[in-house]
Amino acid sequence: MTGTRSHAVRAVHISVDEVELAAELAGDEGRTAAPDIAEYALWLGDDALILAQQLGAWIAHAPELEEDVALANIALDLLGHARSLLRYAGTADGRTEDDLAYFRDEPDFRCAWLFEQPNGDFAHTIARQLAASTYLSVLYERLQHSSDPVLAAVAGKAVKEVAYHRDHAVQWTLRLAGGTDESRRRMITAIDDVWPYVDELFGDEPLIDRVGDAAVRPSTLRAPFDELVAPVLAESELEAPTRFTASGGGRRGAHFPTLGYLLAEMQVLARAHPGATW
Amino acid sequence: MRSVMPTRTEALEAVLGPAPVVVPADATGVERARAAASTVCDPELPVLSIADLGVLRDVRLDDGVVTVTVTPTYSGCPMMQVIERDVARAVRAAGFADVRVRTVLSPAWTTDWISDDGRRRLEEFGIAPPTGTRPLGPIQGGLHVRCPHCRSLNTREISHYGSTACKALYACRACGEPFDFFKDH
Repeated sequence: MTGTRSHAVRAVHISVDEVELAAELAGDEGRTAAPDIAEYALWLGDDALILAQQLGAWIAHAPELEEDVALANIALDLLGHARSLLRYAGTADGRTEDDLAYFRDEPDFRCAWLFEQPNGDFAHTIARQLAASTYLSVLYERLQHSSDPVLAAVAGKAVKEVAYHRDHAVQWTLRLAGGTDESRRRMITAIDDVWPYVDELFGDEPLIDRVGDAAVRPSTLRAPFDELVAPVLAESELEAPTRFTASGGGRRGAHFPTLGYLLAEMQVLARAHPGATW
Repeated sequence: MRSVMPTRTEALEAVLGPAPVVVPADATGVERARAAASTVCDPELPVLSIADLGVLRDVRLDDGVVTVTVTPTYSGCPMMQVIERDVARAVRAAGFADVRVRTVLSPAWTTDWISDDGRRRLEEFGIAPPTGTRPLGPIQGGLHVRCPHCRSLNTREISHYGSTACKALYACRACGEPFDFFKDH
């Protein structure tokens, strides 16, 4: 902090010290993403960013202190993934990670609807985490062998972290489903509400044909996803609901109504004080 | 009334700072630059230098320009920017005006890179060091975590997530003390 103290905030630009943002988070000196690769990085970066923002809202509201800490740590990992991916995506047209996070509107985001589902009660967050962390585990497991070195590096690091996230979600799914009548009722409702948004994750958009070996074809992740989820649901004596499938459309910029509110909260400070640092 | 309490950093340095870095008189330029970078600590683990932690990956000196390569422990580690700044400062203070700090993600950091001396210092500081991610033989499975206070192996995990992304919260059944465990990663 600067040496002076004041009773009022006097300036928008508050500089703590000379911290400079890392220019080369992914160790990809000067590497520029081709437009299609950038779009793919935006898919994954937006998924991670929106989920991180959602989980952050649990801090100080989780059922127990350890969960405040756990969900905050998971959110921090996801934010790390988002920063690397958005920074890389931005190299295609000269935008920074902050430009992409704070100065895009809803239709410009590319996250899937699963990540936009509201936190709901704790069981809803756990159901969303079970689906999200399982999907991210199977995705990064494959993406670490991407022909694109930056995507491979981000995935190689993320794969170890999302394994912890999945363990956390699995433990809680078992505990809630096998707990009291009330916790079981809530877990069943949560799985029922979240599962319609799982299918969208495995849709092959036209972009996938254009990016080749740099990306992982989403439809090929369905089987490994099901293989990981099935034993968890079986042990929890839960069923994957099949009542309907949400239309989705996040990869094309069509979003669930929750996203606008989330972005408003996430972006308001950066938009009110562009370029502010502290 | 003015407080006479030392700051957290002062208190920690008084107890146990990072290992001193010895620079021989005839050290080459790159050795001096490396030694300077090696003095930097992770602010959340003030007993470990970034060299002990395996975060310092490479130091090069080309035409008077020092390039230091570091890697984050976890993707979202909030201390990376502080470490980058401290590295640049430390190397500049050693007489190198032009310092560049690169952050790389690959190969991904692992707790296997923490030095043996670093593990010992962690335990002395009250954090149980990682037990190792490499397979030890035909039998797979986690090793018991040893209590850094009383050395008992009779410990249990309270929470998979602790005060930072890299730690889990444990408690000792023998002495009753809670402690941090540096998770295998």
